[in-house]
Amino acid sequence: MDKEKKNTDRLLLRVLSIKEISSLIMLLVVVLLFYTLSHTFLSRDNIGVILETIPELGIAAVGINILMISGEFDLSVGSVFALAPIVTIMLIDAGCHVLLATIVSLIFCCGIGALNGVVTLKFGIPSFITTLGTMMVWRGVVLLITRGWPPPFPDQALPLKEICVGQIGFIYVSLIWYVLIVLILWVVLERSKFGNWIFATGGNRQAARVLGINPNRVKIINFIIASFLAGFAGIIQGCRLGALVPSAGTGMELDCIAASVIGGSFLMGGVGTVIGSVIGTSLIRIIDNGLVMASAPGYWFRVFIGMIIIMAVIVNMTLRKKIRKIW
Amino acid sequence: MRKMSEVPLVELTNIHKWFGRVCALEGVDLSVDYGEIVGIVGDNGAGKSTLIKILSGVYPPDRGVIKWQERKVTFSSPKDAIKTGIETIYQETAVVDTMNIMRNIFMGREVVYRFGPIRWLDIKKMARESMKALERVGLYLRSPAALVGELSGGQRQGVAIARAMYFKTKLLILDEPTNNLSVKESKKILQFTEELRNQGISSIFITHNLYHVYPVADRIFVLNRGKKIGEFRKEKISIEELTELMTLK
Repeated sequence: MDKEKKNTDRLLLRVLSIKEISSLIMLLVVVLLFYTLSHTFLSRDNIGVILETIPELGIAAVGINILMISGEFDLSVGSVFALAPIVTIMLIDAGCHVLLATIVSLIFCCGIGALNGVVTLKFGIPSFITTLGTMMVWRGVVLLITRGWPPPFPDQALPLKEICVGQIGFIYVSLIWYVLIVLILWVVLERSKFGNWIFATGGNRQAARVLGINPNRVKIINFIIASFLAGFAGIIQGCRLGALVPSAGTGMELDCIAASVIGGSFLMGGVGTVIGSVIGTSLIRIIDNGLVMASAPGYWFRVFIGMIIIMAVIVNMTLRKKIRKIW
Repeated sequence: MRKMSEVPLVELTNIHKWFGRVCALEGVDLSVDYGEIVGIVGDNGAGKSTLIKILSGVYPPDRGVIKWQERKVTFSSPKDAIKTGIETIYQETAVVDTMNIMRNIFMGREVVYRFGPIRWLDIKKMARESMKALERVGLYLRSPAALVGELSGGQRQGVAIARAMYFKTKLLILDEPTNNLSVKESKKILQFTEELRNQGISSIFITHNLYHVYPVADRIFVLNRGKKIGEFRKEKISIEELTELMTLK
């Protein structure tokens, strides 16, 4: 009897210790709910629609997730998301080769990330404040450049469209990019030294420093990754829509944070997984799509996301208490 | 136990440290021999933490010399001190609660294996070695994948001590290791410290609680307002006399 209980406890502990378990359960519940409301929800066409829109938020969210694990925020990702494709198109219009223009634009995004990091860490300002400022600055720059009107998408940029949002068979290239980025970041976070330093920096900065890790360097690199990925996601959306929308990415920073929190990341840092962020992003996109499929008013979207965030945190905390009891 | 050497493992001479106009340390000398447990005691503000932060590379001294195995050394960062063989365990910063035991033990010194140009964490080896490291300090935990935040205060300190022992630290500095711990947990920490001595590792035990350091220390240094009041072999001074020295005005 005692042995049986021990085995059950061990199994329960193993299941509960899966970091993404709470978000996975919620994903299943939401999919089942929308399938009940509309049977076409799981049709091949609709799954295709969902998969087409996941990469843009997903790529930006996974960058924010890594940054959050190291204990910082970046509210400027939405503005960088809008700025990157505009800078790319401006460079192409100025006669730059499409590939070079994209690379320069992404390097520019890295510069924005580095600036966020250096200002935050050098002056000891909370990243929430720094990036709130840069969010407004870069959004303002976007509006200044475009004067509020979407600039035309030039023909010279068509190869970029193929690279970003073309199709290989029935698979979108943007999805392949997303899977690649997720795989790379998973390896970095879970299987590399740098990943361990990210967790240490976010979990206890002083402890990390005492053991020879440079937390500032870790954070600046993560700021750069977050901006780079936001810029890349913005270029993908620009290519998908074939138009550069100056208001693109507005409110995206909160969706990215929501995706990370739903996926199990802590706002204070130290906890989170790449897969959790993927599940969080999927949940957001599925709710967005599912409400349309169920013919529900779009206003319900924010209501649902808000509820899911709170539920995710409650479920995570409950699971932690349960694990502590079993230990 | 390692044979005591003729020369001390580490020797600090005439250490001074100012913070603005405040003199935190004034001409302090300290030495630790091989395999010795040295207690540093003093009331709040005595300069204990400043002294060990200098020794662990957090602050540079404004004046004075640090000699490690007879050679003059300077530490520009905690990493320099760790490379030399000095590791410090601060109670608040000993471990990362949100990371598991294995990742804590190898934090900053991860085990990797090469796969072409890529270096992967050797998770299996890290898990195996961390369990061995814990057993060496008498800690028998269920899994190296358990979160440190789910362990008791004493076990957390044990993980940090196991880490220091695993990486063959020569001098371990324990900063107030028994603060906020129950009597049972404090006793466990004292056992860990004695285990260190048995394995030839020197340690400095900083505390303002004489009753914790007295049973395990070989020598006791008393600091008061940034100055060294005295240095005693334990058998030469009673706990009551030490208390009186600590509270001198």
